[in-house]
Amino acid sequence: MSLSKVKHIVLVLSGKGGVGKSSVTTQLALSLSLAGHSVGVLDVDLTGPSIPRMFAIEDAKVTQAPGGWLPITVHEADQAAGFGSLRVMSLGFLLPRRGDAVVWRGPKKTAMVRQFLSDVFWDELDYLLIDTPPGTSDEHISLAETLLQKARPDQLAGAVVVTTPQAVATADVRKELNFCAKTGIRVLGVVENMCGFVCPNCSECTNIFMSGGGEVMANDFGVRFLGRVPIDPQFLVLIETGKRPRYPEGTAVNGQDMSTPVQESNGAQDTKDAALLVHKYPDCSLAPIFKSITADVISEVQITGR
Amino acid sequence: MAPSLEAPEPVEDVLANPLKQKPNLVAPEPEHCPGPESEQAGTADSCAGCPNQKICAAAPKGPDPDIPLITARLAGVKHKILVLSGKGGVGKSTFTCLLAHAFATNPDSTVGVMDTDICGPSIPKMLGVESETIHISSSGWSPAWAMDNLAVMSIQFMLPNRDDAIIWRGPKKNGLIKQFLKDVEWGDLDFLLVDTPPGTSDEHLSVNTFLKESGIDGAVMVTTPQEVSLLDVRKEIDFCRKAGIRVLGLVENMSLFVCPKCTHASEIFQATTGGGRALAQEMGIPFLGSVPLDPRIGMACDYGESFFDSFPDSPACTALKGVVRELAGQIGLDAKEVMPE
Repeated sequence: MSLSKVKHIVLVLSGKGGVGKSSVTTQLALSLSLAGHSVGVLDVDLTGPSIPRMFAIEDAKVTQAPGGWLPITVHEADQAAGFGSLRVMSLGFLLPRRGDAVVWRGPKKTAMVRQFLSDVFWDELDYLLIDTPPGTSDEHISLAETLLQKARPDQLAGAVVVTTPQAVATADVRKELNFCAKTGIRVLGVVENMCGFVCPNCSECTNIFMSGGGEVMANDFGVRFLGRVPIDPQFLVLIETGKRPRYPEGTAVNGQDMSTPVQESNGAQDTKDAALLVHKYPDCSLAPIFKSITADVISEVQITGR
Repeated sequence: MAPSLEAPEPVEDVLANPLKQKPNLVAPEPEHCPGPESEQAGTADSCAGCPNQKICAAAPKGPDPDIPLITARLAGVKHKILVLSGKGGVGKSTFTCLLAHAFATNPDSTVGVMDTDICGPSIPKMLGVESETIHISSSGWSPAWAMDNLAVMSIQFMLPNRDDAIIWRGPKKNGLIKQFLKDVEWGDLDFLLVDTPPGTSDEHLSVNTFLKESGIDGAVMVTTPQEVSLLDVRKEIDFCRKAGIRVLGLVENMSLFVCPKCTHASEIFQATTGGGRALAQEMGIPFLGSVPLDPRIGMACDYGESFFDSFPDSPACTALKGVVRELAGQIGLDAKEVMPE
């Protein structure tokens, strides 16, 4: 099995769509890479793959090697800068045109998920993050079945569950937590995404999708609450256009100053910045938040390993 | 197994092989199973050696015999509208509920909402009927009534506990959707709104197959402005094209957010590629309008209230009314009759 050299497998799950599974996966991957780990991302959302867009590698095509597929490299490890390599695999790379619909019934999806788990040549990886579609259906059942059968017990670390705060979302995510309980997948923790938006004009924070729902749910199920992530349009701009995030003076996250120095922002007003995503991401206000979430996830994973 | 770098199966293939009745299998469906309900069941290459092969091959050919029953059951439904989006969390269910409330403002219209999102049903909560259960009589299942003229059907009504996970594979989901159409006493409805899960998979194919004969008016696409979402919606429009479902129009949800303190409008989900309007133009479909992001819509959904009744003066409400009027025009109805002022 191609997963034999992978140390830890972490699933990113949510019963609800559009809560930010793919953006959380992306940011966990970047944060883990920044912390010096080698990371792989497997996108099993077959009918709506977002991961290629997230890493701005939509044009990439998968290379076939004897007996398997080679994942796409986002960046190689850089010993000097202290970050690990990042590789990605998604169905998006197999589509002839990006607008093509993938209309598959269950058995076909099951076969594809199994193939993704057995035939991708992941090299040595510290972490493999698996991004999933919403729900508790074919893809999830196949993932759980295959991983519980084939992966070593110490490999499958568990699942990070993503939700947004409003009751309509947590109602679906509660079902996902029950899915994890039934299939015996350990929940590493809950991330509450899209919690609060800071107006760029008056700095008033509005809880657009309410607040606190994720924490209440985590307490109800007795799982770890990993933290709240606010809405930052700058992150979206970074993903969509590659523009380095800039913040007005006085912006602070977790006590860390995030504002862009004046002279620097005058110098480089360009919209496109050729630097790697992993170089630009630390400038985003969400980076420090994810740094602590990632540290929590790693510590939870270590508990499983023991 | 050697990996095959095949191009995904063309949509036409899947659509040209509609469902037939599922035979009783003796073993679970294997990898690469064409589906026991498909036309190639028992005859495809991958069927060789499968313990079910004989059963599948012997099952009666031809279309599902239940389809005429569905057509008869839905004979009293005037308009059938699907709410689709390739992307999750863009507001399909919210928009379905708002649309249902808008149609139901005319006391002479009767509206039905069918929730085909089996693994994450949201409609019951949004319409405030989460604790309802289904009553079964000799003539069929009775839907739950959220208002005097608003009927609802969802899997949520069948769960013993609210948080129970529904861990079902495709064929089982198809079976339930069929029952929702065949066994539910919808009666005479002016509108049947079908809310769908994200993606282009079993639920969408089944709804299309089962409703094809009785006629679908069309589909409303919901999207948010950012490209990550438009990318998936483009796939859904491609699916509708190939399935022959008319796209009634595209609604852009969560387009602007107005700060309640300083009334500064921010684009939270920035339309870096032109948003819904540009996509509608690119795909040649009508653009029905943009609905701003209003936290009170989410709140109304959490409490199962009608946003139209609670905040009739909000800008989001005005925008939604515009969308409903456009939509009424697309299905050839008088907007004033659909939603009297």
